[in-house]
Formats: sequence, C-alpha cells, structure tokens
Amino acid sequence: MDSVRSDRQVAAPRVPLALKILIAGGFGAGKTTLVSALSEVRPLQTEEVLTGAGVDTDDISGVEQKSTTTVAMDFGRITINDDLQVYLFGTPGQDRFWFLWDELAFGALGAVVLADTRRLADCFPSIDYFEQRGVPFVVGVNCFDGARRFGLEAVRDALDLDPEVPLVLCDARDRQSGKLVLISLVEHVARQRGEPVPVG
Amino acid sequence: MRAESPGPQHEWLDGAAGPVVRPYTLTGGRVRPPVAGFDLVAFVLARPAADATGQPGFQPEHRRLVELARRPAAVADLAADLNLAVGVVRVLLGDLVARGLVAVHQPPTAAYLPDDNILKAVVSGLRAL
Repeated sequence: MDSVRSDRQVAAPRVPLALKILIAGGFGAGKTTLVSALSEVRPLQTEEVLTGAGVDTDDISGVEQKSTTTVAMDFGRITINDDLQVYLFGTPGQDRFWFLWDELAFGALGAVVLADTRRLADCFPSIDYFEQRGVPFVVGVNCFDGARRFGLEAVRDALDLDPEVPLVLCDARDRQSGKLVLISLVEHVARQRGEPVPVG
Repeated sequence: MRAESPGPQHEWLDGAAGPVVRPYTLTGGRVRPPVAGFDLVAFVLARPAADATGQPGFQPEHRRLVELARRPAAVADLAADLNLAVGVVRVLLGDLVARGLVAVHQPPTAAYLPDDNILKAVVSGLRAL
C-alpha cells in the first residue's frame, strides 16, 4: 500500500499520536452507547460510502458507475494529553460490512467486544475476527436491565475465551464503567507485549 | 416568477434526511483519491502558506478542509466536521496533497506498538476521566 509522503516542517504544530480502539459486538450490544459515554466530544458519526461493484473494476478516468450505499460509523475521541489521543470506533454490526473492519483494525491498539448475555452468540464473529488477526481484545459483558446475570466463568466458558483474555462486567451507559473496560484493554495490551515495565 | 424552491419548509427534507446531493458529486464521481493512504486517524496539516482560493476545480469543501487543517486534524474528525463520507473526504484530501496544500501524517502501522510509557500515559489519562 502506498503511503502518503509526510514532510516534516520546522516549527510546524506538533501532530499528536492517535491510538485506535475498536468497539465491537453484535447488533444492539451497546456499541454506540459505549462510544457516546466515553467520548469527550459529542458522539461523532461519519459514514463510509460503499460501492456496489468490486474494487478490481478500475477504469482510466476514475469515474465509476456503481450503486452506492452508506454505512454509519460511530466514533469518539478521548484526549489524553496534547500529544496523545485515543479514538474509539464502533464497528459496523452487519456481516456484509466485514471488509470495513480490516481498515478499522489496521494499526488498532486493540478492541472491546461487547457481549449481551441474552444473545451471547452475537459476539462470536467479533471474537473470531480479533483472534484470527491477533488484535488484542477484552470482552465487556454489558449488564442490561432485566438481563439474567450469569457468572463471569459461565460466560467465559460459553465464549470459549482464552484464559488470558480479560472478561469484565460493564454498563455501557456509564462513563466510569466504560473507562474501566478501556483500562483493562490497555493493561492487557501492555501484558501481551511481554516487556517488563521499566522500573523507576 | 415564483416556484416551489426546496428550502427549510420542505417537510420531507429535515436534518435526518441527510444531504440531498449524492455523495460523490463533490468529487466529480471519483471514488479513489489521487494518492493512497489517509487512515481514519491520519493527521492532516495545512502547509503554512496554503491558500485554496482560486484553485481551479476546487469545491468550497476543499477550502474548508484547508482551514480545518490549520491545526492538525484527523481524517475521521474532518469527515465528521464536514458531514461528509470518509471516502469523499479522502478524495478531496488527495486533491489537496496533489497541489501541495496539506501534508498527511500517517499513524504508526500495525508493526508499531506504543511503548510502555505511552500505554501508562493512556491508563492514567483514562483513570483521570
């Protein structure tokens, strides 16, 4: 893939480092809610326009006649400091948008998979995706009102999670709860790197 | 002469209806930028003397992008600010890069992992929320 040339300029404004975290899970698992709860700015939404035909059909003019459809992507931002920002991207829920995940997952720090115990199987595809691509992830069990509470071990068994994958209860509407999920992800990423934390 | 002009009065054209113009009209039908790249979290920064006025073929959105990029701005933020699809913004940004008006700073790729100090900073920043 080509990369765009980036020229460094003297005295140019500092460009922050942006870390990307994906929020995945089945439809209605609370992805949008979690992004909204955590974002420091109004919940942002952008959309990607999908073209109907395959990307192989190229023509010289670059003008292509295809049917288009749009898919909304939720995203949010958390500023850690002037040089460091965390971007949260909710993954599109529908299966037919899998290919968008590849772009979202590219260079991502990690992912949160939201699970709804009433429809646990809905998050299997997300878990499979991140396992296959080696993207570190944690599973947040969203505690919906009225949902039957299962023990975490029962959920872990049902999801067939590797023992090192963190599994945490959360309330996607609650910022404090959501941030604990993110913290568990970042700590998990740090552990996975296997480097000792420098002392002093 | 009086005609029913589409305007705010139109009951079927509220904010939820979205843009009335098809997305890629702005790009003249181009769906791929002249230069590749533009990750969602790539930062765009206008060159110091960048001036998008008077550029042939430019849309108002091109100029808006240059103005927004006076400070480093992520591609996703630019798309949200302009209320345009990311794919459209990428094409417009490609035009700006091709004319030397903005520089794009790609984020580190998958091979890169932030060091422990960065991860620690993220954790403490999150705790402080």
